[in-house]
Amino acid sequence: MTKEILLDVENLGVRFAVKRGGGWGKASYLYAVDDVSFEINRGETLAIVGESGSGKTTTALAVARLVDAYQGKVDLDGTDFLSLDDEELRLARAKMQFIFQDPYSSLNPRLRAEQIVREPLDSLGTMDEAEKKVIVDRLFGEVGLRPEQQRLFPHQFSGGQRQRIGIARALATQPDLIICDEPVSALDVAVQAQILNLLRKLQADLNLTYLFISHDLGVVQHMCDSIAVMYMGKIVEHGTRLDLFNNPLHPYTSALLSAVPSVDKARREATKRILIPGDPPDPVNLPAGCRFANRCPVATDICRSQEPALRDVKGGHKVACHLVGSDAVSPLPV
Amino acid sequence: MEPLLKVENLRIELTTRAGIAPVIDNLSFELGAGESISFVGESGCGKSMTALGIMGLLPEKVGRIASGSITFNGEELTTASEKRLRSIRGNDISMIFQEPMTSLNPVYTVGEQIAEVIRAHQGLSRKAAWAQAIELLDAVRIPNAKGRVSDYPFQMSGGQRQRVMIAIALACEPKILIADEPTTALDVTVQAQIFDLLNEMKRQTGASIIMITHDMGAVAEMAERMIVMYAGRKAEEGPVQQIIEHPRHPYTKGLISCVPHIMSTISTERHPLTEVPGIVPGLMDFGKNRCLFASRCNKVTQKCADERPSEMAFDAGQQSACWYAQEV
Repeated sequence: MTKEILLDVENLGVRFAVKRGGGWGKASYLYAVDDVSFEINRGETLAIVGESGSGKTTTALAVARLVDAYQGKVDLDGTDFLSLDDEELRLARAKMQFIFQDPYSSLNPRLRAEQIVREPLDSLGTMDEAEKKVIVDRLFGEVGLRPEQQRLFPHQFSGGQRQRIGIARALATQPDLIICDEPVSALDVAVQAQILNLLRKLQADLNLTYLFISHDLGVVQHMCDSIAVMYMGKIVEHGTRLDLFNNPLHPYTSALLSAVPSVDKARREATKRILIPGDPPDPVNLPAGCRFANRCPVATDICRSQEPALRDVKGGHKVACHLVGSDAVSPLPV
Repeated sequence: MEPLLKVENLRIELTTRAGIAPVIDNLSFELGAGESISFVGESGCGKSMTALGIMGLLPEKVGRIASGSITFNGEELTTASEKRLRSIRGNDISMIFQEPMTSLNPVYTVGEQIAEVIRAHQGLSRKAAWAQAIELLDAVRIPNAKGRVSDYPFQMSGGQRQRVMIAIALACEPKILIADEPTTALDVTVQAQIFDLLNEMKRQTGASIIMITHDMGAVAEMAERMIVMYAGRKAEEGPVQQIIEHPRHPYTKGLISCVPHIMSTISTERHPLTEVPGIVPGLMDFGKNRCLFASRCNKVTQKCADERPSEMAFDAGQQSACWYAQEV
């Protein structure tokens, strides 16, 4: 089977103006997403991982045009998303839907479940009531809710059920791409498994493509085909699931993986925990070189003076680190 | 040897609009000096209530210890006076909470908040307490402690705030530290730093740790023994590694296998996660004379619906409250 690129993001940048020092001086910016590029094949899942403030959610929001990018290109199945006008965007959004983190605040408490799921169809305005009813009925079945629950309000559902409503709403317009922003991090572990299984089943049944944002590497490992690791607004490593977990190259990825507590005794014994001291640098006054240099256990002089570019080191496995040579050996193995 | 903390047949009742519910139902366990134990389970299973019960911090007028006993160093806590409890809290047993953002007072500097504890419990002078606050900040690895001691909580990151909480909790060198989801709000690399710090502190002071969490991985890293709670009851107890390798309660088994863990090698094969269907029962079902997990269990029989399972003992102190524990 040939792989078809569904989403192509190039040099995406999002910046926020910040006031520093007062006066009328020149504006200074916080670059929340800095020159980020990636592709997702149809039917696959790309996960973006990183810690709070790394820019993963802002990247997702910018792809969906829920925040404005100041540069870059977002191409979904041949449609240049960033150049659409408002009306075109409204229609194009049918192909790109969002599942949010918090199932408590992302559903309108005044609407019944069926109205919430139907809303995207109402907004498209291309169907009559009977057609919409058929679709809503089918969606409730697909996400594992009972027909009689259609008339209930969000507060009458548990967290997991609410997330199912959010998923049904995202599926309503038959999108190609679904952006899942921490879809299970607000849920209890047992309910998490139910939602993750549902997402994978829907992906297989409907040939969905996911952009999956998460900080939980266990969940990511289970869900994705490829992974991009973000740190301070930049992608520092990008590769397939097996590349990244079995052969992490960037010292930050190594530290991140080594920090995940594991129930597997063999892994615990084989993993040397890499503690990264301190905090990330001030995002407004970034250091000259690599953004991770001040916390990196193996940083050298070049790391502090020159910013490394993201480059392909081995068959599509990309890393932004001066210390990774063409032999694709990590300077800081886990 | 007498254990440091002994909880026997503890029953904690909460008064709700619908009636009185036993949020902790006949819980017994022991904690030895220098031991670390973890409470695991989903939200609403009584993990935090156990901690609050031990601390004597149950919500006033709503929660009360209905029966049972909690003894610390041979002293009964359930009948102790408020004054005595206040002296035990902080001096002997202290607690760190989940939300480092909301459990510090925003209008006092972190130094004042640490010094306050030292002065209240050890009667040190203002100056001596301040000096000790700096030492404590240094001990929890806050860089430039001398400068940061006059910072307000908002000037610190989440991880630093949690370190301040740990510094406050450790100020009087307690014998027991209760950590209620200490890293849930934090990033994983910060979590690793906090775990490292807690282990280091434990080594130095010999304190016992009770950690409350929902993360089996964290349990495996931090604790020697674990207690799995379900709907206010102890579902299973035993040595951590033994339970992970051979759980004897279907709920424990579900909790371990429903999470996608990172194993020592990642394979291309991915199976659907084991689901534990349904959710924790409502408070009004707590205390019924049956197995409360029955509605979510795939091994359920009539016996489970008729009678609350008694605890079955296995090797090395492992216990399971399931009629079919032997077969799990």
